[in-house]
Amino acid sequence: MMIEPAPHRPSGFGRRFINAAVAGHFLPVCVVVLVLVCGWYFAAFFMNRAVVLTLMGDDAHPSLSQLIWATLNSERPLLPAPHQILAELQRTVLDVSVTSRRSLVFHAEVTLETTLIGFAIGSCAGVLLAVGIVHSRVLQKALMPWIIASQTVPILAIAPIVVVVLGNIGITGTLPKALISAYLCFFPVTIGMTKGLASPDLMLIDLMQTFHASRRQTFWKLRFPASVPFLFASLKVAIAISLVGAIVAELPTGAQAGLGARLLSGSYYGQTIQIWAALFAAATLAAVVVFAVGLIERVTLAGMGSRR
Amino acid sequence: MSHPPIQPAKTTGNALLLILFGCVGLVVGFGTLVHLAHGFAAQGETPIWFWFAVALIWLAAWILVGRLSTFPANDDFAGRLIETSVPLIFGATILFLWEVITVGAGVPKVLLPAPSDIGSRFASSLPILEADFVQTVLRAVVPGWMVGSLSGFLIALVCDRVPFLARGLIPIGNFISALPMIGVAPIMVMWFGFDWQSKVAIVVIMTFFPALVNSIAGLQASGELERDLMRSYGAGFTPTFWKLRLPSAMPFLFNALKINSTLAMIGAIVAEFFGTPIVGMGFRISTEVGRSDLDMVWAEIALAAVTGSLFYGLLVLAERSVTFWHPSYRGR
Repeated sequence: MMIEPAPHRPSGFGRRFINAAVAGHFLPVCVVVLVLVCGWYFAAFFMNRAVVLTLMGDDAHPSLSQLIWATLNSERPLLPAPHQILAELQRTVLDVSVTSRRSLVFHAEVTLETTLIGFAIGSCAGVLLAVGIVHSRVLQKALMPWIIASQTVPILAIAPIVVVVLGNIGITGTLPKALISAYLCFFPVTIGMTKGLASPDLMLIDLMQTFHASRRQTFWKLRFPASVPFLFASLKVAIAISLVGAIVAELPTGAQAGLGARLLSGSYYGQTIQIWAALFAAATLAAVVVFAVGLIERVTLAGMGSRR
Repeated sequence: MSHPPIQPAKTTGNALLLILFGCVGLVVGFGTLVHLAHGFAAQGETPIWFWFAVALIWLAAWILVGRLSTFPANDDFAGRLIETSVPLIFGATILFLWEVITVGAGVPKVLLPAPSDIGSRFASSLPILEADFVQTVLRAVVPGWMVGSLSGFLIALVCDRVPFLARGLIPIGNFISALPMIGVAPIMVMWFGFDWQSKVAIVVIMTFFPALVNSIAGLQASGELERDLMRSYGAGFTPTFWKLRLPSAMPFLFNALKINSTLAMIGAIVAEFFGTPIVGMGFRISTEVGRSDLDMVWAEIALAAVTGSLFYGLLVLAERSVTFWHPSYRGR
């Protein structure tokens, strides 16, 4: 033990906290993050040095501290320092009104909308396919190999055509982008759900037969409840890649709105800080949606009487 | 089994006959109707009975697939024959319907070109496709996939020796695996230029964390009992690693390699949307979409699909030969 418990604190909250931190993931994660941030600052210094020195001109001989300050605060750095990204995030999230096009919240919301619609379509399609596959040998044999093969195709590569072709027949806006998200996220749901619906023991299925349960009753009372943990595990994967789909789908629309558009316009105009801020926003969004699905999972499973 | 299976020879024969006659019938039917569709398209009018014929042959294909998939295959050969023929017939039917509907109903090419158009475009632009293939797959996907997967594995080895690092990296790796890593593409293009170097960098970044997380899990996969056994043999770290832990990590490593094969293709192609020299699959797709030349886009997608499937298929074959002992392959 690192620290002896204080005698006047029988609950030992602090000690438990420190023990958990050392033995669990908390302290290691903090250390790794700290190392990453320090490495980032070093990298920012070394990568931006050349640019800063050219900007200063040949006869300038800055001291080391001047040089460090200049590299970590330059206008268009090759690699912005973390505090610059945080400042940009503060500028575009807190200081601007949410409805403004300069607000990152506005763009994040556009992307979130696409993500959620695509996620809804994709997971419904995934569940329906899985139900069909579990109940029909024809579908299982004919469709399953193609579903797996569909994933070896770099689907995101089709994203621009889907958007352009649907635009040609007059479907624009969120739906084409959502369809790309849906195409990406149906697969994990189908696979996970097929596994889940087939997961009940043969004994339990036999038991349902001895009860003279119909197929429909077996489905709703045995197969579906058994598949719920599998479903949520796949939903967490699905919503993460649904976000990737939404971001990539925003690229060919000509950088109008959304986090993908921010990435693209940032790369057009060499605004590195803007790109990184959009990346951080995308990462935060991913964390939030995955966490939200995890929360729903916990509530649902607890409501179904699961112990976990 | 104490008793021999009932009439095994007859089942194989029946399956063969069903598949043979079914396929010949379908091929003749598909061929005739496709030919007719092209004729009607030249005349400019498709009669209604043609669509009835299409529906009829679709029904025939459906019945054939249904019969085949419920066929009582009680020997290995017939079973495998059915396993492969059912999805093939299904795929051929889809392709046939696509062709007949796009040609017969005169779907505009900017919407969806017919498979025959795509095929002829593919055949006539082989040099372009080859250059794109070399640029995207051989220069970006394969090296990036190798470097990313290998470095993930090596860092996992370090994590295995330093548990503190593993406990710190696993949650971060899991988190980063869920992030839209494709977003670093513009940054990499800015750092490493327009050519293949930036694509390799993106592929390395995208493939690193799945490789890391799976390798760490794989290296922990060998059981306590087996490790104890190795210890009782007096085996040190190196023999234990080569004889026990690496083989038992193989299913996990191949899982990572398979996930990474698709990620690498996606990464390289999407990265080309952010800037390339004037060659590459992603570049071709984005420019030809801009010119509404959908034949070429679809030819490029067909190339990507075939490449992706071959890549994956080769990995599956390698996995079978390396992890033949694994329960999921035993008894096949």
